[in-house]
Amino acid sequence: MTPDNKISRIQELVYEIRVGEVMQKDVITISPRTNMSELRGILREKRISGAPVMDGDEMVGIISIEDFIKWLADREHDCPVSEKMSKDVQTLYADEPLTQAVNKFERFGFGRFAVIDHQSRQLLGIITKGDIVEGLLKKLEVDHYKEEEEVYRRRVKHFFEDILADKVILLFQYDVAGHDFKRAGEGASRLKASLKRLGLDPQVVRRVAIATYEAEMNIVIYTNGGKIRVRVEPHGIFVRVVDSGPGIPDVQKVLQPGYSTAPEWVRNLGFGAGMGLNNILKCASKMDLKSVVGKGTQVYIRIDTKDGAMSETN
Amino acid sequence: MKLTELIQKLDLSVRSAKAHLDREVTGGYASDLLSDVLANGKQGDLWITLQIHQNIVGVASIKDLAGIILVNNREPEPETLEKAETEKLPIMVTKMPTFELVGKLYSLGIVGTK
Repeated sequence: MTPDNKISRIQELVYEIRVGEVMQKDVITISPRTNMSELRGILREKRISGAPVMDGDEMVGIISIEDFIKWLADREHDCPVSEKMSKDVQTLYADEPLTQAVNKFERFGFGRFAVIDHQSRQLLGIITKGDIVEGLLKKLEVDHYKEEEEVYRRRVKHFFEDILADKVILLFQYDVAGHDFKRAGEGASRLKASLKRLGLDPQVVRRVAIATYEAEMNIVIYTNGGKIRVRVEPHGIFVRVVDSGPGIPDVQKVLQPGYSTAPEWVRNLGFGAGMGLNNILKCASKMDLKSVVGKGTQVYIRIDTKDGAMSETN
Repeated sequence: MKLTELIQKLDLSVRSAKAHLDREVTGGYASDLLSDVLANGKQGDLWITLQIHQNIVGVASIKDLAGIILVNNREPEPETLEKAETEKLPIMVTKMPTFELVGKLYSLGIVGTK
């Protein structure tokens, strides 16, 4: 991006973003009867540089750190803030674009403006130059992420277009370490991100991710490790999760909802509720479980792309 | 309702992804079992739990949840926060227990989905 169109994006944003989106909503107000000598403590404690002065529901002025410094410099006696505040209260409407705010800051040289509702004229918030800068930066950051995603998508699209074949099959493999709860679920997460970048239907991606996550957790909880192999074809996604033991003695039993052999400490982490295989069943178009005690377990999961519209929850 | 609004109304403290609180919350789910959330949580849900280990971030991002609220003053583990930052997933904490929090969420219009 050249500096020139960066500037134009900001110019665009000051018209797009409304004052209400960036203002601070938690407004600290001050009573007109508060003494100037108390002001310092309030501003310091609340970490603000100024505040609207409210007499009941009515805003009668704005008092700022500049007013306080002037009062100090003039060495005057203590008095209520109503005597030192600026009574010329300039306000902004919450539904005005930021550009209005920028103009007003330039025109009046104030540090802050009260923000009011267009109709009710109720005080909604307060806005400083800092809020504007922060709001713009946040929006630019969001733009930046969106741009990155877009670059990824385009890259993957081109990749497929560039390959000349009657059938394209993609293979992914993830290694899963046994008993490593710190890294548990990483395989499924990385798979999810990759499938998303391929531009697959989000619902399909979610089903694959849930089924894979559950199978991966089983490897982590019960085995010394294993592998997740994923084959992506145009009509479906095939996940094969294999480990090398200890194997399941009674396959029918583990398919029963709620049946679990997880140790207590695993259950305390919120795993091992006896729902994992059931979750896989719910997400899969077809699922198969084969296990030999002493040798290991293989879980086959097929998710058809046409089942995409089906929800993974019931 | 936007996450930012809920944070303000329920006085939640945000622990991660502070720049990503703009998301719309469409429902809620309360559970401490990860498989249960995987099975029954919905996209856009707010998840209420007392689990604090990093696997909650994995579950939330797989289900594309709007965020996680940890109850009973429980603080997320450092690894959990790290992961949540990378996943841009907001984690919030409250001193309220689950029952009370869910009640308040319900009265604000955040309801569970069947």
